[in-house]
Amino acid sequence: MPRKDITSGNWAVAEAMRQINPDVVAAYPITPSTDIPMRFSEFVADGLVDTNLVTVESEHSAISACLAASVSGARVMTASSANGVALMHEIFPIAASYRTPIVFGLVNRCLGAPINIHCDHGDSMAERDSGWIHIYCEDGQEVYDTMIMAVRIAEHKDVLLPAFVCQDGFITSHCFEPVEFLDDEQVTKFIGEREPLLSLLDVDNPVAYGSLALTDYFFEIKRQQVEAMKHVEKVYNDVAADFAKITGRNYPLVDKYKTEDADYIMVIMSSAAGAAKETVDKLREQGHKVGCLRIRLFRPFPASEIVGALKGAKGIAVCDRAASLGAAAPLFTEIKGALYDAGIHIPANTYVYGLGGRDFFPHNAEEAFMDLINNKMSPEERYLGLRE
Amino acid sequence: MAVKLKDLITKERAMRQGHRMCPGCGAPTVVQQALLAVDDPIVITSATGCLEVSTTIYPYNSWGVPFLHSAFENAGANVSGIEAAYVALKKKGKIKKNIKFVAFGGDGGTYDIGLQALSGAAERGHDFTYICYNNQGYMNTGAQRSSATPIGANTSTAPAGKVIPGKIQKPKDLTAIMAAHHIPYVAQTTIFNPMEVIEKVKRAIETPGPAFVNILAPCVLFWRLEPSMQKEICRLAAETRFWPIYEVINGEWKLSYKPKKYVPAEEFLKPQGRFRHLLKGETGKAVIENFQKEIDEEWQYVLKRCGETWEPQA
Repeated sequence: MPRKDITSGNWAVAEAMRQINPDVVAAYPITPSTDIPMRFSEFVADGLVDTNLVTVESEHSAISACLAASVSGARVMTASSANGVALMHEIFPIAASYRTPIVFGLVNRCLGAPINIHCDHGDSMAERDSGWIHIYCEDGQEVYDTMIMAVRIAEHKDVLLPAFVCQDGFITSHCFEPVEFLDDEQVTKFIGEREPLLSLLDVDNPVAYGSLALTDYFFEIKRQQVEAMKHVEKVYNDVAADFAKITGRNYPLVDKYKTEDADYIMVIMSSAAGAAKETVDKLREQGHKVGCLRIRLFRPFPASEIVGALKGAKGIAVCDRAASLGAAAPLFTEIKGALYDAGIHIPANTYVYGLGGRDFFPHNAEEAFMDLINNKMSPEERYLGLRE
Repeated sequence: MAVKLKDLITKERAMRQGHRMCPGCGAPTVVQQALLAVDDPIVITSATGCLEVSTTIYPYNSWGVPFLHSAFENAGANVSGIEAAYVALKKKGKIKKNIKFVAFGGDGGTYDIGLQALSGAAERGHDFTYICYNNQGYMNTGAQRSSATPIGANTSTAPAGKVIPGKIQKPKDLTAIMAAHHIPYVAQTTIFNPMEVIEKVKRAIETPGPAFVNILAPCVLFWRLEPSMQKEICRLAAETRFWPIYEVINGEWKLSYKPKKYVPAEEFLKPQGRFRHLLKGETGKAVIENFQKEIDEEWQYVLKRCGETWEPQA
């Protein structure tokens, strides 16, 4: 029987990892994701998992050991944040190119300076072109569920790509809230066994990973990764449908909250969608037709789903928890590109909010909605919750 | 059981023909000798470097055994991950065979950028052997200095100029650093006597736990050396005591080679174009004197650690 417990986002990841029982976890602690390897190491110490836990000396070695264990045929998981993610950066595109289905609990935290341990999406947004799947979660339940689904998505033979499961540092990772857990057996059955295609440890059929491919082959190999990414949406939808069958919980590519008849839509990611949805309810009571579109899958970017949700709107407000200094913020850029490709011109405002963990309150969301309602449209980047 | 060279001649090689390394390069000699006497299946990982790029030019590769390369500074972490997967999968019965794990790195990938990953892997006690093919510089990228480059060498980032006579600093003693990790097996050798390398690496690989072997191997191109001099220059490195040959087994230091005669450092320096600027003028003379002094001091250190004395023949 599924059980419900009060838990944090980090512990939800660790609990999913206990149930997934990966062959290898190589991890290095960093705030705010430290609780994940700490909690998981207790499971190892108590003999609750079979995992070989490699307590490496840096994040760079963590992801390097994960990559090597994954090409060796093991099911592999890890977790990190911010500077740890940045230190791993060199290895991310290599892991994607070697088609290693590593599942990664990424707890979003800003990249300094100034040094700051709190949430924004600058760390994972810096990895958006690394060839990994990116899924952003709103709360602890979603984090737990997504960790389990991500194993199936990443390991699917049409995909074979590593996946980030992102949650907001402290806001989600340290917030204790009710989470419903599956039975261990249900998880085991849902994820199945990993069946590696070309294992480095198959000594009778030796393979080489990491060849030098110059001007003559590099491009073709990258093209294959593009193709793998194209398969993600279908596999994601299939896995999410299977997951819904056993849990009743649905996780579409994008979360459409009262967008169907909405004139004005806020586009946002992760935990801040909570404040956005609350504001939608409040403004709807006042007679405004507003909605919230939360982007769950960010890589690959589900452009047609998003266009489908936005196309009837009179105006949109795209809220980024990351800035792209000197250019438009990352989510805003993607949304504009998707609408342009669809031949749709909807007036769009761009807001950056929540950098370095600055709170995003319902009144911040309301400010952005009121700009739309009052037709205060501008291509200029605006800031929510900033003192200027 | 003693290894006999004639028994090894017909053995299948882990690294095969078709690689693109320079004629006379020490790296393939290191690999061939190191892996010749290993009986269990092996899996290789390598840091970025000449060995890696020259043996795996897609769609070809020279390895008859599984091979992984991912980046420059992480061979220690890669071998940790492979071994961790092996231990986990073997426990689950998904792998039946006994497999050995060998990491290769040049001195760039080992002494410098990869030292942290290697140190971590050694401290954690994974069962692997790390072999540094030490050609004393970043040769893959054109002879830049490394922390293994000897005093006075002309390198592309510490060039011999009008004021500065090549590299000023002495190399770090990586073999002793690895011995200080108190891992079960550490050795330092070079490639003028095949049995010397074959036996040491066999011991390293058969020893459970981490093992490290530092093998001096010339880059004939950037040592500015005749390709036919590969073996001879390594013999001179040992005879001049520039490169002491020893092993550290469970903390016990054992000297493997004691030159019979005193051979001055110049004998090692003279055949190599990278030291040519030292062989003329007062500055060069002073550098060579310093080079000799460092050799003598390091040799005394190794003798002391090994509990040995040395009385060269007149």
